[in-house]
Amino acid sequence: MPRSPRAEADRRRRWWPWLLLAPGLIWLIGLYVLPLLGLVPLSLSEPVSRFGLETVFRGRLANYTEVLQAYGPILVRSFGFALIATLLGLVLAYPLAFAIRFHGGRWQPLLVGLVVLPSLTSYLVRAIAFTSLLGDSGPVLNLVAGLGLTGWLDGLGVLRDGRLLNTPTAVILGLTNNLLPFLVLPLVVAMERIDPRLLEAADDLHAGPLRSFTQVVWPLSLPGLGAGILLSLIPAAGDVVNPKFLGGPNDRMIANSIENLLLVQLQAPRAAALTLVLMALITAAVLLQLRGRGVDDLPLP
Amino acid sequence: MTRTGGWLLGIWSALAYGLLYAPVAVTVLFSFNAPRGRFNLIWQGFTLENWRHPLRDQALTDAFLTSLGLSLAAALLAVLLGGLMALALSRARVRGGRSIELLLALPLTNPEIVMATALLNLFVGIDLPRGPLTLVLSHSLFCLSYAALTLKARLAGFDPTLELAAQDLGATPLAAFRRVTLPLLVPGLLAATLLSFSLSFDDYVISSFTAGETVTLPLYLAGAFQREISAQIQVLSTLVLVVSAVALLLASPRQDR
Repeated sequence: MPRSPRAEADRRRRWWPWLLLAPGLIWLIGLYVLPLLGLVPLSLSEPVSRFGLETVFRGRLANYTEVLQAYGPILVRSFGFALIATLLGLVLAYPLAFAIRFHGGRWQPLLVGLVVLPSLTSYLVRAIAFTSLLGDSGPVLNLVAGLGLTGWLDGLGVLRDGRLLNTPTAVILGLTNNLLPFLVLPLVVAMERIDPRLLEAADDLHAGPLRSFTQVVWPLSLPGLGAGILLSLIPAAGDVVNPKFLGGPNDRMIANSIENLLLVQLQAPRAAALTLVLMALITAAVLLQLRGRGVDDLPLP
Repeated sequence: MTRTGGWLLGIWSALAYGLLYAPVAVTVLFSFNAPRGRFNLIWQGFTLENWRHPLRDQALTDAFLTSLGLSLAAALLAVLLGGLMALALSRARVRGGRSIELLLALPLTNPEIVMATALLNLFVGIDLPRGPLTLVLSHSLFCLSYAALTLKARLAGFDPTLELAAQDLGATPLAAFRRVTLPLLVPGLLAATLLSFSLSFDDYVISSFTAGETVTLPLYLAGAFQREISAQIQVLSTLVLVVSAVALLLASPRQDR
């Protein structure tokens, strides 16, 4: 029996999308999903020797307890640094986003563009610049000394023996610089969705500027705030460059530990275990933020 | 808002821009420094000497060219694969489409170090020597998610009746795509390529795991911290900044008001 043209078209419609999806899916599954799943058996293995990355599976759960014991404090430090950097970033980003949205006027696109522009300089180049800014004879320490604040900031723990480079402060400043655009942009987007008539209504109802901020702007900016925090925390917690080049040996973060385990100590199983722990923590944070909403709500740069 | 409030907000915003621009300003400034010693990190005096032959540091220039080639290849590959995926996801009711989108978003929700570890173990496991090939593979992988998701968002914003109208007028689906969808998609493709290119061009973490002996620009810069920070680094960075700022300006949508 000859098939109706419609059934024929339907049949064709069913396979063509998969033809388009296939190459990308092969990439994602072959290069990402399978290697990621491969980390699970690897994390339970043992290195064959101290001189190579070859491993043998032993079902060694002890890798996890050992890794958590050895790197637990660094894990805590990583999220601590990321959190401080994000909070510092928010203190700067929120008023900036507010100023761009409500006082930017026709300069708004330009002001947003100016937030993105520094990201066009590699973060490694920016780290190099931070080493000259924060160095012992750099402008920041000169300014601090000129204001006579060296002793006070030393006491607060912001400086270490009058120095800035190779301290947590330097790492956090570098992180904050890197994540600032990721905080500002979602906030501006969220504030742009605020209907100006709501503010006029608040004004008509004799709400002062403070009242209309707390009752209108703040609650409506919360989605952007959540998105920005997630977009900042994740890369900051897993950052390699700032702790490596601006921090001291005791300011290293978790990604530095993974890199060291894998490339220097050649302890692939422990590196895998630590990677999976980091991934589990971050996935939990993402799911907490999403709470059942779809991917479309996922903040993407 | 009160007058003082406005002033405070202005000063605070200037502070935020200050933190953003301090390292950029230092980089541009130090491209005009006459350094003493191997590290161009302390201001000595103004000179134009570094700009006379901007690309005279051969190793740096080689790394720069390697990165240009790598990023171009990775971006084109990612936009090709990602564009096809975006097309399928936005124009057909694929069963499991949501899962595929989740799969695309997954790499973006984790720090780069996770992908780097997974990729290194893959390449060690299948005995693929690390070098240009593994770099293109891994860079196209992380660009793929960005390219596919941004292009899908772009396609979702289109009026689907345009394609249907073309088909009503006798165009085959393929012809409708070529004559209607593709021309509309060109700015999106350009933006996705630019985004992928800059992500790849900037990548340090994944490259440091998958590059082998190949030296990309970020890998060269990371090595410079121990070796030598020549003024040519700041010169090249300034050049890259200017060129990409112009590219950003040209690629951003015009707003005629």
